[in-house]
Amino acid sequence: MSLENFINESASKWMEGNGPESDIVISSRVRLARNLADVPFPHMMNKEQSEKVISEVYDAIQNNRVLAGDFELIRMKDLSKLERKALVEKHLISPALANNEYGAVLLSRDEGVSIMINEEDHLRIQSLFSGQQLEEAWDLCTKLDDVLEERLNYAFNEQIGYLTACPTNVGTGIRVSVMVHLPALVMTNQLNRIFSAIGHVGLTVRGLYGEGTQAIGNIYQISNQITLGQAEEEIIDNLNSVTRQIIEQERTARGLLLKEKKIKLQDKIGRAYGILSNAYILTSEEAMRLLSDVRLGIDLKLIDNINPRILTEMMVILRPAYLQKLAGKELSPAERDVRRAKIVRNRLSVKKTKDSGGVY
Amino acid sequence: MLCEECGKRPASVHITKVVNGEKTERHLCEECARELEDFSFSFQPNFTIHNLLAGLLDSAKESPIGVNISQKIQCPFCGMTFNQFSQYGRFGCSQCYGSFHGRIEPILRRIHGSHVHTGKVPRRTGGKIRLKKEIDKLKRQLEQAVKKEEFEKAAELRDKIRELENQIGRE
Ligand SMILES: [Zn+2]
Ligand SMILES: [Zn+2]
Repeated sequence: MSLENFINESASKWMEGNGPESDIVISSRVRLARNLADVPFPHMMNKEQSEKVISEVYDAIQNNRVLAGDFELIRMKDLSKLERKALVEKHLISPALANNEYGAVLLSRDEGVSIMINEEDHLRIQSLFSGQQLEEAWDLCTKLDDVLEERLNYAFNEQIGYLTACPTNVGTGIRVSVMVHLPALVMTNQLNRIFSAIGHVGLTVRGLYGEGTQAIGNIYQISNQITLGQAEEEIIDNLNSVTRQIIEQERTARGLLLKEKKIKLQDKIGRAYGILSNAYILTSEEAMRLLSDVRLGIDLKLIDNINPRILTEMMVILRPAYLQKLAGKELSPAERDVRRAKIVRNRLSVKKTKDSGGVY
Repeated sequence: MLCEECGKRPASVHITKVVNGEKTERHLCEECARELEDFSFSFQPNFTIHNLLAGLLDSAKESPIGVNISQKIQCPFCGMTFNQFSQYGRFGCSQCYGSFHGRIEPILRRIHGSHVHTGKVPRRTGGKIRLKKEIDKLKRQLEQAVKKEEFEKAAELRDKIRELENQIGRE
């Protein structure tokens, strides 16, 4: 697979939308922070040291027969700013990596795994799965970690575990998160109560844009805050059980809305569908808000003939850099809004039966 | 309300951030929020070599009376001072953890509520940990042997310890 494909191919594995509980859980992510013992952390490295880290990690992957053919090395310096942003929008790399001229990423062909090199830490091993599959994501990350460790000399301390540039990641170096779509809990004003409870069990919540309770498209990311003092499995169990409770509450709220406010709900969803199918100008905030309504309508079987994947797909495709990559040119914000509306109109006019995913 | 960033478009995205109990609110238009999300949310751009040098110069200029003891603690491997670490919130290298020993634990306890790792141990380092424990045991036996004037046994133990130490060095 070429670099162009990584950027242009619309669907990553995590976007397939066929994982467990995928009516509510969009994706599961596990990320491990690792550093080499004998090199300063990335923000203190010079060009030569950065190169050395990249080639050591690359060699460690190449050394493994199974993995060698599955990963592609992409250096940030070989990408335009727009291409980097598009990879960020696909959740394949982080903004911090995109900003580092000396950074690189090893991407697996199915885009399920990315090994970021010279991000805040020398290595960030990330795996991304559709639906609620944290254990699967952890399993993959830890196996990759084992392979890399055969060749790399990790910075590890008996007492405090894996050493990281920022003390908030030290210990396990693990960050696990789920992205959840919670429209009914938002509509019924229950989120603040739930989120403040989440804070008490070592987890944090953020919306699509930054921290806090305001999210775009009713999509939230819940992740662990503590990386030291708990084993990886405990951290995963904790997030899994909280996610299960949130799923339960969201389903209850959906059921309640359907039972007691069905007409209002149908009206809201119908209007969202109407605007999305007919609008010629859409900001991403408006598009995501309405797509969230439509997705809820699909999940509650109030709308049919639309693939539920639409929300996840559009979450990536309608982002500014991605839109521009698809257009093949730079677009002003106003031009993007027009383009965004066009993509959504086209997407909604394709019936599920003919749905091939290649209409952009 | 207008966007704080550009002052042109209406603020439609409201971000509340709580860092160490301190709440900050930002009111942005969608465009600016996007930019922020994409690039500024990583702390990378604020941290450059220039900042680092500026920090070094600043602490050098300060009068000795005003200098906090912690500013003088410096990591010999990467050159980062504890004061710089507390400003940037990031270590310079993995050796900093050892260099700032004693000051790290309270920070870790505050962040994680713990300062002891109980998770995964890399296989290779795991082997080292086992070797180190074995060496400690042999050293205790050596002490005993010397005390009891069992010199032949002591010599044997010393060789064993050396062998294990070499093994650690090789790995
Ligand atoms: Zn603005
Ligand atoms: Zn250091």
